[in-house]
Amino acid sequence: MGDGRNPDTVARAVTVVNAQGLHARPADLLVKLASQFQTKVEIVHGNQRADCKSILEIMSLGAFAGATLVLEAHGPDAAPAVEALARLFEQGFAEEG
Amino acid sequence: MQRPQRLHGIAVSPGVAIGEALVIDNEGFRIPRRFLARDAVDGEIERLALAIETSASEITNNRDSVDRQLGSQYGAIFEAHLQMLRDPRLRSELEELIRHRQYSAEYAVSRALRRYAKVFESLESSYLADRTNDIADIEKLLLRNLLGVRREVLAQLTSPVLVLAHNLTPSETANLDRRFVRGFVTELGGPGSHTAIVAGALEIPAVVGMGLFLTDVSGGELVIIDGNRGEVILHPDEETLARYRQEAEDTRSLAVRLQSLRNLPAETADGVRVELMGNIEFPHEIEHCLERGADGVGLYRTEFLYLGSDVEPTEETHFEAYSHVVRAMPRCPVTIRTLDLGADKVPCGLTEPIERNPFLGLRSIRVSLRNLPVFRTQLRAILKASVLGNVRFMFPLVSTLLELRQAKMVLADVMEDLEEHGIEFRRDIPVGMMVETPSAVIMIERFVEEIDFLSIGTNDLIQYTLAVDRDNAAVAGLYNASDPAVLKLIEMAIRAGRRRGIPVNVCGQMSSSTTYTMLLLGLGLRQLSVTPAAIPEIKQVCRSVTIPQCEAVAVRAMTLENARDIKSFLKEELKKVVPEFAA
Repeated sequence: MGDGRNPDTVARAVTVVNAQGLHARPADLLVKLASQFQTKVEIVHGNQRADCKSILEIMSLGAFAGATLVLEAHGPDAAPAVEALARLFEQGFAEEG
Repeated sequence: MQRPQRLHGIAVSPGVAIGEALVIDNEGFRIPRRFLARDAVDGEIERLALAIETSASEITNNRDSVDRQLGSQYGAIFEAHLQMLRDPRLRSELEELIRHRQYSAEYAVSRALRRYAKVFESLESSYLADRTNDIADIEKLLLRNLLGVRREVLAQLTSPVLVLAHNLTPSETANLDRRFVRGFVTELGGPGSHTAIVAGALEIPAVVGMGLFLTDVSGGELVIIDGNRGEVILHPDEETLARYRQEAEDTRSLAVRLQSLRNLPAETADGVRVELMGNIEFPHEIEHCLERGADGVGLYRTEFLYLGSDVEPTEETHFEAYSHVVRAMPRCPVTIRTLDLGADKVPCGLTEPIERNPFLGLRSIRVSLRNLPVFRTQLRAILKASVLGNVRFMFPLVSTLLELRQAKMVLADVMEDLEEHGIEFRRDIPVGMMVETPSAVIMIERFVEEIDFLSIGTNDLIQYTLAVDRDNAAVAGLYNASDPAVLKLIEMAIRAGRRRGIPVNVCGQMSSSTTYTMLLLGLGLRQLSVTPAAIPEIKQVCRSVTIPQCEAVAVRAMTLENARDIKSFLKEELKKVVPEFAA
């Protein structure tokens, strides 16, 4: 993705691995974690963007199991924020099944 | 400032009311005010913040109690609800709608959350689409906290309002807080609708059958109800307001002047005593009769007992209602009409679900004779109340002699039953019938031999005589109490009763109109039963006329050929004796 993105921007692709997709509980966990960082984090799904601190926007993405998303952040703690959020995706939000 | 809007409906209860609108939509919910004044924006944003915090602490409490009872995994959904409620994007969107579009907080919440609900609904995952319910829950929660308690608004009023509704159910009207309702307007309904009866009982103006108009008005706006002309004025200008305030004031001062008649008898100028009684539906209306010096209750409708709730009333419920009224007027006649249900007033279970011609169908005495256990329960209660005062029975809508005899047989049977059980009642309790069908008038000479009194119910008599449904807007104009055919039937009934020496009463809406008082007295009527609010006016007319004068009016009216001529003649004659009543 060689677009004219801010050079400070940290971006990372993640996959939704949990069966139910980004429903209320995973979205809640994402918001809680993102809110611990100063940086603004966005989740990009196709041509849609969601503020990672807004549960309603995250749920509006309609990201199902198997969807590939991009986490994008810029700001002082962008790297650790993206790192932490990506781990949450990888763990499938600690959902059973 | 929006332009004044004058809308027309059917006038069902007279008077003028000016006040704040309480708008109730189809589901019985209050529709909040939609737009704000510019200077109210900051206050509105604070109100929103407060509602969000109150809602959040409610969710937290729910979460904690579910956590305690079921374990924390079940409380997780509340975490998500809390997160939605506190969503920063939602918050800024709401503030934006309030600040820049001047939406009320309620309207902003509905708009924003319904947009999210739509997005979720469109998602392909059924699991996410189900989250629509979460959004709906949050919307409800926020609205409830913004509006105070939303449900049962009619029962929880704190200031005077004019109720504007799509339709009011009997239970809604039964539960409303009477102290604060100053008038009714409904989109549905006709002159016989429950709203009309309740408004009459409360003596507040009402207009029904408006058609759809609620989208043009917001809660809290100033509205005028003109119950005299059947109009509603939305967004009134200063000039209109001033005119109606004057009219309301005139009505009040006339009422005060008439108040002085309370302790004077309804007696004509040449000394003939007229018995002036009240029509009531609810037990509390006996107060309206007493404060105007009524000579009794000429019509006590008992339908409210069946319509207010889903369960059939017990004998005890009947007895309580009757005894309240009888005890308040122990010496005066109290005429209790048995169940007059069906057609426009249908309780569950008693009548056929759908009838092609409900007014020609299973209604009134026909319902009672088909549901004997229900009928007997009511008869027992009336008989038990008979020892408390001067109670009279009245059977509605009798159309054949056989029906009357059947009803009297059931009554005799119930009496026997009470006697066997040693329960006290008045064996000589007068039994009367309503004269409401042309067949009853045609056979009246036979009926009077089997009955103690007659009461002419003009509303049904007019509709059956002229074959006009007054709730049908297309033909309502043909419904006319002044029609010569109607007057002939009334005359026949009065004459038959007088010849037989039994009392005859008129208790339809016709008797409550001063226009017809002289005519009815001239036809020989000496008893009138009217809506309690009309007692002072009718009494004033009685006291202003002589019987020969009324007889001359009646003779002349009966020679005229059409309703319009008769009505204008009667109005002219009224104007000569009591100029202030000429409308």
